[in-house]
Amino acid sequence: MITLQNVLLLSGVLFSLSVAGIFRNRKNVILLLMCIELMLLAVNFNFVAFSRQLGDLHGQIFVFFILTVAAAESAIGLAILVVLFRQRKSINVEQLDTMKG
Amino acid sequence: MSFTEILFYFFSAVLVISATGVITARNPVYSALWLVLAFFNSAIIWMLLEAEFLAIVLILVYVGAVMVLFLFVVMMLDIKVEELRAGFTKFDWLGLPIALVVIGEIASVVWLKSSDGVHLGLSSVAAPAAYALDYSNTKALGQLLYTEYLYPLQLAASILLIAIVAAIVLTMRKRPGQKMQDISAQVAVKASDRVRIVKVAAVQPDVDHGVEGQS
Repeated sequence: MITLQNVLLLSGVLFSLSVAGIFRNRKNVILLLMCIELMLLAVNFNFVAFSRQLGDLHGQIFVFFILTVAAAESAIGLAILVVLFRQRKSINVEQLDTMKG
Repeated sequence: MSFTEILFYFFSAVLVISATGVITARNPVYSALWLVLAFFNSAIIWMLLEAEFLAIVLILVYVGAVMVLFLFVVMMLDIKVEELRAGFTKFDWLGLPIALVVIGEIASVVWLKSSDGVHLGLSSVAAPAAYALDYSNTKALGQLLYTEYLYPLQLAASILLIAIVAAIVLTMRKRPGQKMQDISAQVAVKASDRVRIVKVAAVQPDVDHGVEGQS
């Protein structure tokens, strides 16, 4: 049977890979969004693993809501990206300095 | 090692490889396709973890909707990849050690051992017994979702609705020279704006002129 620590280690590896991906693709907004999706997936792995380990379905309900919110987030994020590209002709994060932040 | 474990290790390996592909691919389209593979493998692993409903939802929602949206946007935008890739590996010396440190910390917590060789971490936890064959994950989730979580469910639905409206409003643009309906102007129109009644005085028809026209 699949033990809890295997799943937790897999989710940790997945999360670290997406953190490294954010460092690596720091200029490309699309890649940043994809890495965030991967992070959410790693978190969902934890929820599913603990839900199975403890025999408690509330964890899976939480994954359901995370999926909903993540879908809404990526839809709005991509819409903002399209508008941004239409105005700036670029999706480079380093050029987004209009607000002098 | 049981058959389930072999399957788990195999699909985990593919999942890690595809996650690596996401962050190292040269082209955003390839990244999106690697991410599709990662979601498929996660769905399979969730199925091994007896979360069947969420596995199907992950494929339907993520692969079917979100990743298609990503692919559409990646292919629609004319991105100059070379410009974005300048100094691509500049911070790898920082990112890779951070990733390795995080992995090492998690592994050390999971396989924590005391000095006398007794496991303190999660490796001392036994795997739970499998559910009975007639157990339905979907039914159990539905019973919870529509009773205890009814209001959060409605809230999630309205969040999705707001997201749809927001995405459409954000991407809609008015081009010059485009013909569009102005609904409020159409509704607010009055008869006096459209119909003009012209009073014309009655006149005697010109008989001679009509005869000439016929001949």
